[in-house]
Amino acid sequence: MINKRVKIVNRAGLHTRPAAMIVKIASKYKSQFFISKDGYRINGKSIIGVMTLAAAQGSELDLDFEGADEDKMSDEVCTFFARGFEEL
Amino acid sequence: MKGYESLLRSSYNWLKGIPAAPGLYIGNAYIYSKESIVVKDGTIDDVDEAISAFHEALERSKKELDKIFNVAKEKMGEQRAAIFEAQLLILEDPDLIGMIESRIIAEKREPESIVKEEFNKVMTVMYNAEDSYMKERANDIEDIRNRIIRNLKKERWSGKVIEGTVVVSEMLTPADTILFARSDVKGYITEHGGLTSHAAIIARSLNIPAILGVPKVLEMVENGTELIVDGFYGYVFINPTEEQVEFFKDKIEHLDKVNEGMKELMDLPSVTLDGVEIEIQANVDVSGEIEKLGTSGTTGVGLYRTEQLIEELGEFPDEETQTKIYSDLSARVYPDNATIRAFDLGGDKTRLFHPSEKNPFLGLRGIRFLLDNTDLFKQQIKAILRAAVNRNISFMLPMVSTLKEIRETKELIEICKEELKRDGKRFSPDFQLGIMIEVPSASVLASQLALEVDFFSIGTNDLIQYMMAVDRGNDLVADLYQEFHPAIIRTLGYIMTDCKDIDIKISICGEMAADTLAVPLLIGLGIKSLSVSPAAAPSIKRTIRSFSYSRAKELADECFKCSAEEEVIEKIQLFFEEFNIQRTRHII
Repeated sequence: MINKRVKIVNRAGLHTRPAAMIVKIASKYKSQFFISKDGYRINGKSIIGVMTLAAAQGSELDLDFEGADEDKMSDEVCTFFARGFEEL
Repeated sequence: MKGYESLLRSSYNWLKGIPAAPGLYIGNAYIYSKESIVVKDGTIDDVDEAISAFHEALERSKKELDKIFNVAKEKMGEQRAAIFEAQLLILEDPDLIGMIESRIIAEKREPESIVKEEFNKVMTVMYNAEDSYMKERANDIEDIRNRIIRNLKKERWSGKVIEGTVVVSEMLTPADTILFARSDVKGYITEHGGLTSHAAIIARSLNIPAILGVPKVLEMVENGTELIVDGFYGYVFINPTEEQVEFFKDKIEHLDKVNEGMKELMDLPSVTLDGVEIEIQANVDVSGEIEKLGTSGTTGVGLYRTEQLIEELGEFPDEETQTKIYSDLSARVYPDNATIRAFDLGGDKTRLFHPSEKNPFLGLRGIRFLLDNTDLFKQQIKAILRAAVNRNISFMLPMVSTLKEIRETKELIEICKEELKRDGKRFSPDFQLGIMIEVPSASVLASQLALEVDFFSIGTNDLIQYMMAVDRGNDLVADLYQEFHPAIIRTLGYIMTDCKDIDIKISICGEMAADTLAVPLLIGLGIKSLSVSPAAAPSIKRTIRSFSYSRAKELADECFKCSAEEEVIEKIQLFFEEFNIQRTRHII
């Protein structure tokens, strides 16, 4: 199990496009992936879940990865967060 | 006109609304509504069959969305189409789909009602969000929900709207208007809305007739009802008689001929009879409009509305995306100039990034919003600086009401230049900077503001709204929105006189510039540049070529003495008779 804390850095926040990208990235891997924000926990492979996070710029999220390919999965997902969803 | 009046007198199958976009069309109605759909409820016997029916419905929905996604990519580009990709992912959402499946198995109830219940839960969460962006997304979820339910019912997909129909609806959002235009819709009719709502402006620029504010139209018309739409006068004929159809077929034929004649105007210069040159530029609102510039006889773009990009993309475009879009625009119009207006957010424009305000039109709009969100504004400024390397880009600030706003913007521009230099990005340091004159305080302070900028563009829509203190979208007071009110004429005259000794270009980009009736008066006031929708440009040019500047000046002087709008209009009508100028409306 890998736990990571990430911050939303792009201006527009976690809106539809990055939400779709996260789900697409996560769905490539077999491991489970959960995102928590202020005690609200959702499945990172669920687009509805990620969209309802309504994470604005500056918010902090906790990411949990668990499964056989958790290392690779967390690397790719965290990189995507760190690059501001390629919107910087 | 005689035939028309007797046609109206001798029949009762017509309704009258506000003619918002000119044009004629005979065709069938398509009722557009977002009403809730009826779902089957009750228990089922065969769970396996229900589950496979649900999966079939998902597959069919995916195919439909794939098609839409591909069209969107083609017409709007990959990034703007992302919204449809998200909709596709909803159809594969493990949580939502998994929950629906397990409930079908456990409760043995109709899949339709379970789909509705589960999607509604999600929609409620989104509707209740404070963020207006989330509220908008609830509409996407609703779209998907209805698509799945329709496919469960095995109803055929007829597209969101049938091609070649007239859309009849309660009201239209700008997004609806653009979306429908992509389906080759031939007319718009709404029960609510006024002349200058954004939807009407888009309809005009796309050359699609629109009649807004038609009372009770939804009670009288159903899907497939034959209609005649007259966007010139605002009449809708319902189930027209043979005589009416013949009458309008003649008119349509005649109108086509007039439009052909307009094409000949394309290469003729835009000058008055006594040789005064008047520049006609194009207002560009939607991506598709740029295609029309070539045949409109305009020279360059006088107003490029960037907030439309947010509407189309569904999000704020970043610096790179904007740089690409503006560079494309620059290349397309080269060697002519393109004036790009900074994001005019607030008011009725877009709620995407806008907090709720009691008086949005008096609130955080235009430059006020931008200076309050400098991160966004700086991205746009940098994109402008980078796209300006061909030296044919101007940048215009909306809703300026004080000098301070201009100075703060200039400081930001300097900071952006420094940052671009630091990052080694190529840009042009000197583009033309101008402001919209659309707030009374800016009109009064014209000569002071003129010293700070390169050009003014008078936005008559908002200026009239603020001068007359009338909400242009409010049916109850819409008649107070008077383009030809003497107070408006005097204000325009004041701006021109106040700046007469200053070297500043002044143009008009509001709807008024596209009204042939207003053209002699505006030119008489000393305006030398008009920016209008490409569709309106030919008739504006024809009007300009029909009268003399010296007489137009006298007309302006006469109008200065008027005390009511009717007097002004009467004087202009006499002027039109004097020069035998035909108005498009009267030709047909």
